[in-house]
Amino acid sequence: MEKTHILSILVENESGVLTRVAGLFSARGFNIDSICVAKTLDKNESKMIIATSGDAQILEQITKQLNRLVNVIKVQELNDEDSVVRQTVLIKINADETTKSDIFRIKDIFGGRVIDVARNYYTLEFTGSERKIESLIDILRPLGIKDIVKTGIVALQRVKKG
Amino acid sequence: MNHNSKKNLMTGSKIIIESLIKEGVDTIFGYPGGAVLNIYDELLNYKDKINHVLVRHEQGAAHAADGYARASGKVGVVLVTSGPGATNTITGIATANMDSVPMVILTGQVPTNLIGNDAFQEADTVGITRPCTKHNYLVKDIKDLAKTIKEAFYIASTGRPGPVLIDIPKDITSSVYEFDYPENVELRGYSPTYFGHHVQIFKLAAEILKAKKPLLYTGGGVISSNASNELRELAELLDLPVTSTLMGLGGFPSEHPLFFGMLGMHGSYAANMAISNADFIVAIGARFDDRVTGKVEEFGKNAKFAHIDIDPSSIGKNVKIEIPVVGDVKSVLSSLLEVLSGKSEEISSVKYERLGWLEEINAWKYEHPLNYKMGDVIKPQYVIEKIYEITNGDAIISTEVGQSQMWTAQFYRFKNPRTLLTSGGLGTMGFGFPAAIGAQIAHPGKTVFDIAGDGSIQMNIQELATAVQYNLPVKIAIINNNFLGMIRQWQELFYHKRYSFSEMNVNPDFVKLAEAYGAVGLRAKHPDEVVPVIEKAMSVKRPVIMDFVVDKEEGVYPMVAPGAPITGMLLV
Repeated sequence: MEKTHILSILVENESGVLTRVAGLFSARGFNIDSICVAKTLDKNESKMIIATSGDAQILEQITKQLNRLVNVIKVQELNDEDSVVRQTVLIKINADETTKSDIFRIKDIFGGRVIDVARNYYTLEFTGSERKIESLIDILRPLGIKDIVKTGIVALQRVKKG
Repeated sequence: MNHNSKKNLMTGSKIIIESLIKEGVDTIFGYPGGAVLNIYDELLNYKDKINHVLVRHEQGAAHAADGYARASGKVGVVLVTSGPGATNTITGIATANMDSVPMVILTGQVPTNLIGNDAFQEADTVGITRPCTKHNYLVKDIKDLAKTIKEAFYIASTGRPGPVLIDIPKDITSSVYEFDYPENVELRGYSPTYFGHHVQIFKLAAEILKAKKPLLYTGGGVISSNASNELRELAELLDLPVTSTLMGLGGFPSEHPLFFGMLGMHGSYAANMAISNADFIVAIGARFDDRVTGKVEEFGKNAKFAHIDIDPSSIGKNVKIEIPVVGDVKSVLSSLLEVLSGKSEEISSVKYERLGWLEEINAWKYEHPLNYKMGDVIKPQYVIEKIYEITNGDAIISTEVGQSQMWTAQFYRFKNPRTLLTSGGLGTMGFGFPAAIGAQIAHPGKTVFDIAGDGSIQMNIQELATAVQYNLPVKIAIINNNFLGMIRQWQELFYHKRYSFSEMNVNPDFVKLAEAYGAVGLRAKHPDEVVPVIEKAMSVKRPVIMDFVVDKEEGVYPMVAPGAPITGMLLV
């Protein structure tokens, strides 16, 4: 069954690693729904979080193919139950007298922030799960979204309880 | 104390060559150019230690190094310049990558300060070769040079072997640094699994004993891991029938009573029927290629599968595997033999119970053996049979791609590993002749044939000058039907005989061509002339072209239409 998967990929922090990983996905016809890369605490390593989709067999192939790359140190699938998964969105929105109060109300409900204010426009920042961000966008859309940018998903395995 | 000698300072060029020597390299296939002139200058100082073979086209260098590696088991080494030198090797690198051949390709690059500048003869070699190498490097700092070469040889030759490219900017080859060749490599993301998991090996042993109709399906992994002896021991211990992929031919003796030929699109009737009727198939160093499986849902449809492979990504890629064993074929088979060694009573009873299965496969073999009809014109299969007989199956045979390749696989009865050199994965026309040159250099005393078509041979014919220059007695047998024969065959069968651009209306006079290069040219037009021409070629200690003018209409059979189940064979 087609399903979204989140892969946490520890790689050596060398030039070209992102191209190797991205190239592998395109060459083998796998999807990248989103990708996030940054250094870890160890400056020799980077962590990539890739959201991808496919059935169990495709996921197994993606994992195995990633492991073939010499610069890939570790590949781990993170599932929703055992991980925290977050995305950040910045939204530039039309903020005139008629919409300001709605925007503030929605921002508070979703726990977002106003990070820039201009005449007639606010820029909002919001971090949350993908689904929550989708519903935020749905609610704000009728008020007039001027521009929007989303990060890829980041995810971290939870500490095992008990 | 002399500071310099203590620190062992060297130019980058010298570091490269000293590193190669540390890796045991004594042969390089290459072609000079601007970005590698420093390295070439240094090479002159090493004439006694390194044999540099000057090819006539960089593609030839890559295929020759590949042939050298396949025939010897050593790493093949290529040295070419930046830009066009590097891009000309791409087909050769991709060929080696698909067939898991260990190679190290050294490419020159423009100086570091010009990279990205669209400089003369600049190409993004690392970018271009990333998808067709096992790994690649751009050396940006001379400090990393020796370490990079060490890693490249290690990666190329371990695990599932493959080509590794090192791109070296010109300024690195002239700058000076201390030479200290590392003893070990440290690669956090690379550690191939050699030993199979014992639980999996026990499961495999149990299943092999339990099966009623077991079958071994062997591939190129048997050859790259040098596991022919273990394979033979296993097959003979349990009377297991063996079928092989194109890449696996020679891994098990073709004349052995347990061998039933190649399987797949042009496989033998017995092999394809055995696959479809087996109840347990052990894939050994093979990767379920589409040319092997045909319609994959029907492949081994009555069987459970076990799969032994050093590359985990090959396991379960196309076919569901019940018993995966990740590990080196040789090591896994040895462990398996050890587990089975304590079960001699059980083994003799299962062998007895399975006699019927062997009889069944033998019946298919006799029902539809590989054959062809003789006539007034030369049949391609006849030429290959005669080459087999005259060389006693002991020659190294390289092939091009297409009909001549398939007839070679069917009619040359390979006895030993590393005697068939063929582009199985990429299917590269033009591979065979330079590969034969590489093989002849690896084995100066052996007879080396390239079995070619009139189309393929023209793709790297320039290497005839290389063969003549180095006095390599490679024998080229051209199966000349004035057609791209396999294309013609597909057009005949699947395109209503619309022969679109598959006829070679003009071919050179191959005898005169050979002579023009300083080689020997021979021709056979009648079946009676075939044996004398081969015998004459065998007696000449120079490169020879044999032009066999054969039946244009002959096809390769059996044949399974692409995408059809492999039991759906068109027979002769």
